[in-house]
Amino acid sequence: MIPDGIAVLAEGLRKRYGAAEALAGVDLSVPAGTVHGLLGPNGAGKTTTVRALATLLRFDAGRAHVAGFDVVEQPDEVRARIGLTGQYAAVDEVLSGRQNLVMFGQLFHLGIRDARRRADELLEQFDLTDAAGKSAAQYSGGMRRRLDLAASLILQPDVLFLDEPTTGLDPRSRNGVWDAVRALVADGTTVLLTTQYLEEADHLAERISVIDTGRVVAEGTSDELKSRIGGDRVEVVVRDGADLAAAAEVVGSVAASAADVDPDTRRVSASVRERVTALGEVVQRLREAGVVVEDIGVRRPTLDEAFLYLTGHRTDQEVPA
Amino acid sequence: MTTEAPVRPGHRAHPAPAATPSARLRWAVADGWVMTKRNMAHVVRAPEEVIIYFTLPIMFVLVFGYVFGSGMSVPGGDGGDAYREFLLPGVFVMTMLYGLGATATGIAMDVGRGVVDRFRSMPVARSALVTGRSLADLFRALLEMATLLVCGLLVGWQWHDGVGNAILAVALILLLRAAITWAGIFLGMLVPNPDTVSVIVFPAAFPLTALSNVFVAPELMPGWLSAVAQWNPLSSTVAAARELFGNPGLGGDSWAADNAILLAVAWPLLLLSVFVPLAVRRYQRLSR
Ligand SMILES: Nc1ncnc2c1ncn2[C@@H]1O[C@H](COP(=O)(O)OP(=O)(O)OP(=O)(O)O)[C@@H](O)[C@H]1O
Ligand SMILES: [Mg+2]
Repeated sequence: MIPDGIAVLAEGLRKRYGAAEALAGVDLSVPAGTVHGLLGPNGAGKTTTVRALATLLRFDAGRAHVAGFDVVEQPDEVRARIGLTGQYAAVDEVLSGRQNLVMFGQLFHLGIRDARRRADELLEQFDLTDAAGKSAAQYSGGMRRRLDLAASLILQPDVLFLDEPTTGLDPRSRNGVWDAVRALVADGTTVLLTTQYLEEADHLAERISVIDTGRVVAEGTSDELKSRIGGDRVEVVVRDGADLAAAAEVVGSVAASAADVDPDTRRVSASVRERVTALGEVVQRLREAGVVVEDIGVRRPTLDEAFLYLTGHRTDQEVPA
Repeated sequence: MTTEAPVRPGHRAHPAPAATPSARLRWAVADGWVMTKRNMAHVVRAPEEVIIYFTLPIMFVLVFGYVFGSGMSVPGGDGGDAYREFLLPGVFVMTMLYGLGATATGIAMDVGRGVVDRFRSMPVARSALVTGRSLADLFRALLEMATLLVCGLLVGWQWHDGVGNAILAVALILLLRAAITWAGIFLGMLVPNPDTVSVIVFPAAFPLTALSNVFVAPELMPGWLSAVAQWNPLSSTVAAARELFGNPGLGGDSWAADNAILLAVAWPLLLLSVFVPLAVRRYQRLSR
């Protein structure tokens, strides 16, 4: 049975490509009318999960319900209730933006007049009116993304899947997408959003599932995820990369756990219990060790660190499949 | 249509998925027609591709008809004029064959570009993409035929047995084109990369036309080549068209030559019965 008020439910989804397991048992449960973030690095299985839930991909094991219907048994019912904006824009490149939206409207079985009216509304809403007559091939990446998003909103869907909807958008377009998502959710749509941007998940999603190598490794609100990695963090930036090891040793000995080291930014950080005492101690020991410090401070952990802690690697690192 | 829901931003509408078989059929036809219009809009918006496809047959008419034509002999006449009368039905059919490339490339482009993912995530009839493509390509073939007929008349080709038979000949040529379209749809899904498609299609199409009665009467070929050329599906349609147009080049005493019209119906139907199910199945299994 599907619990009441759950718009997206996945249990033990598995998908294998040859020897590689893209999904190794994904579980998800998204209450209706909320935004759920699916957060993970490249190759984690985000797109595979979305495609499975959107009836595009047959999975090997597990079950999935979307908008109250079984994805495998009743795909047509599901398709009538979902919108999908995939990772790569799925529009007709030759047709104009307007022709695209009218065509998709007709394929949603709107009459030609309603399809045209809806197309014009969406072009307006997504700031594409001026480019409405141009081929989608002549659109910039951001315009194409917006057209793609508009196409998935022709009928207001019960469940909207957004696979990295703001990748490649400028800040203004990104805010436009976020506003559109918030407006939809206010109207009762459920949104499953994948992203590599922790900031995006933090902003939009009520709950977040962290996914890595085909598994959900953590789930909760962003505050819950942050608190799982402990309290405040001491952060040190050294002037000379050669001092990183020494700094890491100092910070680690003061902190509750081993320090995280980011060689790119010459940054060492670790979570601590007593922020002021710990900071003083770190400053003193670094001076004794002769490490030149460029910056030092105490702050709340970011979701990035939560991610690193949960998956064992950073968001921008490729996972070997 | 009167049942559509009013659509406003913020309005939710679920068109019920077609429940009854007749409703399903109605949507399949409606969706297929939307896809047909989509493909025809492509031709209007990007006509260069069609123009390229036209230059090839016109070039063949000129090169074979005028350069080699005067030296060629055909059963039932000698010299350039007779050869051009003989050649034109072959060029009609050859143009239909080269349409295979256009169809396969179009489908391969769709499948590779992700727009098909959107169709598949929508409550669209599963058959719409392929039926829309085949119908649009048939319209296009009609356009090509009209142009070729005009070209033919300009170089002195004619039909001699009445308009009715001429129309029948064109219908047989279009039937073959329909079969070729479905082969192209299947190929386009098998090799979902437009560049690979053209690398496969063009080298394969030329020998198919050379080993047929398009340029040379099979009776003039050596033994087994002649048999292959006579049983080539292209040859059946070409021979049937020559017969119905009243053009020279009939002859040979093989069964295939005697029953050209029968074979010109049977071959395409056989090809359709193979490629339609293959293409539909392939579409249903995309990206699994
Ligand atoms: N069609 C396919 N054939 C083979 N392997 C695949 C296929 N699709 C996905 N994979 C593999 O499955 C794993 C998950 O891929 P997926 O596209 O779901 O990741 P993702 O989280 O969306 O990554 P990204 O952030 O790069 O979009 C990867 O290891 C990928 O190589
Ligand atoms: Mg992805």
